[in-house]
Amino acid sequence: MTGNEALAYGAYLSGVRVGAAYPGTPSTQIMEKFASLPGVYAEWAPNEKTAMDVGIGAAFAGTRALVSTKHVGLNVAADSLFYAVYTGMNAGLLIACADDPGMHSSQNEQDSRNYAKFAKVPMLEPSDSEEAKQFAAVALEMSETFDMPVIVRFVTRISHSSSLVEVDPAAAPPPPKERSPYKREIAKFVMVPGNARRRHPVVEERIRKLREYAETTPLNRIEPGDDRLGIVASGAVYQYAREVFPEATFLRLGMVYPLPEKLIREFAGRVKKILVIEELDPFFEEHIRLLGIPVIGKEVFPLVGEFSPTLIRQACVKAGLIPAAASESSPAPSLDVPVRPPTLCPGCGHRGMFVVLKEAGVTVMGDIGCYTLGAASPLEALHFCGCMGASIGVAHGMDKGGVTDRCVAVIGDSTLFHSGLHPLINSLYNQGTTTTIIADNGTTGMTGHQHHPGTGHTLQRQPTVKVDLERMVRGMGFDKVDVCDPNEMDAFRGILEDHLKSGKASVIIARRPCALQSKERRTPPRIDPDLCTNCGTCLDIGCSPLIQLEECVSINEVMCTGCGLCVQVCPVGAIQQEAK
Amino acid sequence: MKKIDYLMAGVGGQGTILASRILAGAGLEMGYDVKTAEVHGMAQRGGSVESHVRWGEKVYSPLVEHGRADYLIGFEMIEAARWRTYLNPGSVSFINRFRVPPPLVTLGKARYPSEEEIEKLLCSGGGEVKWLEASAMAEEAGNAAMAGVVILGALSNRVGGDQDLWLQVIKRLVPARFVDMNQKAFLMGRTAGTA
Repeated sequence: MTGNEALAYGAYLSGVRVGAAYPGTPSTQIMEKFASLPGVYAEWAPNEKTAMDVGIGAAFAGTRALVSTKHVGLNVAADSLFYAVYTGMNAGLLIACADDPGMHSSQNEQDSRNYAKFAKVPMLEPSDSEEAKQFAAVALEMSETFDMPVIVRFVTRISHSSSLVEVDPAAAPPPPKERSPYKREIAKFVMVPGNARRRHPVVEERIRKLREYAETTPLNRIEPGDDRLGIVASGAVYQYAREVFPEATFLRLGMVYPLPEKLIREFAGRVKKILVIEELDPFFEEHIRLLGIPVIGKEVFPLVGEFSPTLIRQACVKAGLIPAAASESSPAPSLDVPVRPPTLCPGCGHRGMFVVLKEAGVTVMGDIGCYTLGAASPLEALHFCGCMGASIGVAHGMDKGGVTDRCVAVIGDSTLFHSGLHPLINSLYNQGTTTTIIADNGTTGMTGHQHHPGTGHTLQRQPTVKVDLERMVRGMGFDKVDVCDPNEMDAFRGILEDHLKSGKASVIIARRPCALQSKERRTPPRIDPDLCTNCGTCLDIGCSPLIQLEECVSINEVMCTGCGLCVQVCPVGAIQQEAK
Repeated sequence: MKKIDYLMAGVGGQGTILASRILAGAGLEMGYDVKTAEVHGMAQRGGSVESHVRWGEKVYSPLVEHGRADYLIGFEMIEAARWRTYLNPGSVSFINRFRVPPPLVTLGKARYPSEEEIEKLLCSGGGEVKWLEASAMAEEAGNAAMAGVVILGALSNRVGGDQDLWLQVIKRLVPARFVDMNQKAFLMGRTAGTA
């Protein structure tokens, strides 16, 4: 099982009945797996904050709940996390948060351990799938014992790594126990200043008790070995460090906040030298140094990027902590291997949109999704991407800040539901002139085609209401709204120019189903070698089936979906396609 | 029990994840401790992808270390070439003779290295390279997307497990309607691998 699957399974076996999340790599499969288990309710919420509130509400009602998110999703959900720490709940709440060191698929590599300290909430970190399963159960017990949410932190290499998990075929969730009934308790659950002032000391007292818990929990333990070197590590990094230092004494931390002061002192007393190995921030290192214990940490290991056994070994060789390997691999003959970045798929509607936007010379404030790939060469037609939902607000700010370029916002349908609605309303309410283009492919593309409020289905495959984008934005008060297939370039170009000239806040819904989901495939166009001048104009749309040969361009017919975009850009009419 | 480390490299969408699961499943059947690491999300949109699979008595890290891969499985020629630093003099690379030109090459801004150059690079540390017409064989078996299963067939001759063990793992991990096709592709690779 992957760590994601194991955590969902562990939560299920511990009696979690309600789950909520928004998809985000590397956390997505936690909720997908949970949703597939019998007798549970699971949903894709439009964003992580909503998911968090849903999880908290379920726990208020006396039902154990699971909320899963990627690291940056916890930023979105942070407001809710912080109040839940004050109110506590009425049943266990497990928050699974997956960090992405190395940014395999993220906009930053923030270290979520800081949230534990910041929100004053305990955090566990498993180091393989079996622990992911077990820690889910521990976290839920802790959550109920101490009356607050518990975060289980993953990294990509736990989420998407597989290892053995003990599965007892007879194991099943406990029968729905008599729920502790929901009680109206205004002083505990209404966080107005008067009540919150009385809750804050409760939070501090709880952290004090959790520090004591951290001293005795088996999640934190000393693994004895050669006492000349002691290593402090947790999670995936523990496993990497074990490969490099099979003989060392380890302080293995399964609970990464709050930290066990006495256990750390005991460990320090047993070993001659302490090496703290941790990805991203010096979280353990700073804590241990504050105890007055000298350690080796970030002077040897980097603050950025993903660790691996290779990286740890090389860093330790460089620092003289271990000898260099006898025979380093011989120097390789130099060979330039061209890079292969991710690209928009053949037939993707985002491509037509970006070709037109580039040609129109507009500045494009983008957002998070497949369409962020519009920034890549050769399109280079997207000029900003910050976080989910930022495009429209930034475009509006550019407008108010006096940018002289023509400027539009581009946001996907799932991202719009996530956090684009408020800035969209803002652009209208505050008399902006931003044209917002909703790149509507009818799915959450990048994370693997999850449902959202505009697809007409729920996570558990139930048919449901389908939020109609056009009616929704008209309902907000937009009167300039058009819908168009962006790969019909002439039509899209006309609409774009009309909107840009209008001088008012407006919406274009650039609608074309995701090419990976669409069944529609047309016969690939043919290139007439006598007409093709090999000018390369078609190559500038960055569509992978188009390959430049010596004499002319050719089309890889296996990859081509027959969308016809290249037919429209060829200046000499050399690319020809049968009419629809 | 001797450890065996595998690295699989390909282009997003080529089926590296399924192949790594079959390889992991076979290792478990043979009694190894097994860990794997995969990449999802943005990297899958036609970009470079890699999967690590490790068999051993007790495996800690899911990631293979530089210079310690026993087998490199290349779904595409230059994707295999990227992982040269993971090889050692005892490594064997099984490579699909199949090119997917990356954008810079189709745009005429970079050159796709020749087969000889790639082989020279991968053998420079002393390792061995085995070329396979895996995509062509997979197409013959029913679908070119099964190239990874063909390569696993060739590899299976070297790493243990009888034919039936592998076929059962495939049956368990592949959707029912594709089982026959995948088993056929595996056997074609297994035969080619002994040649």
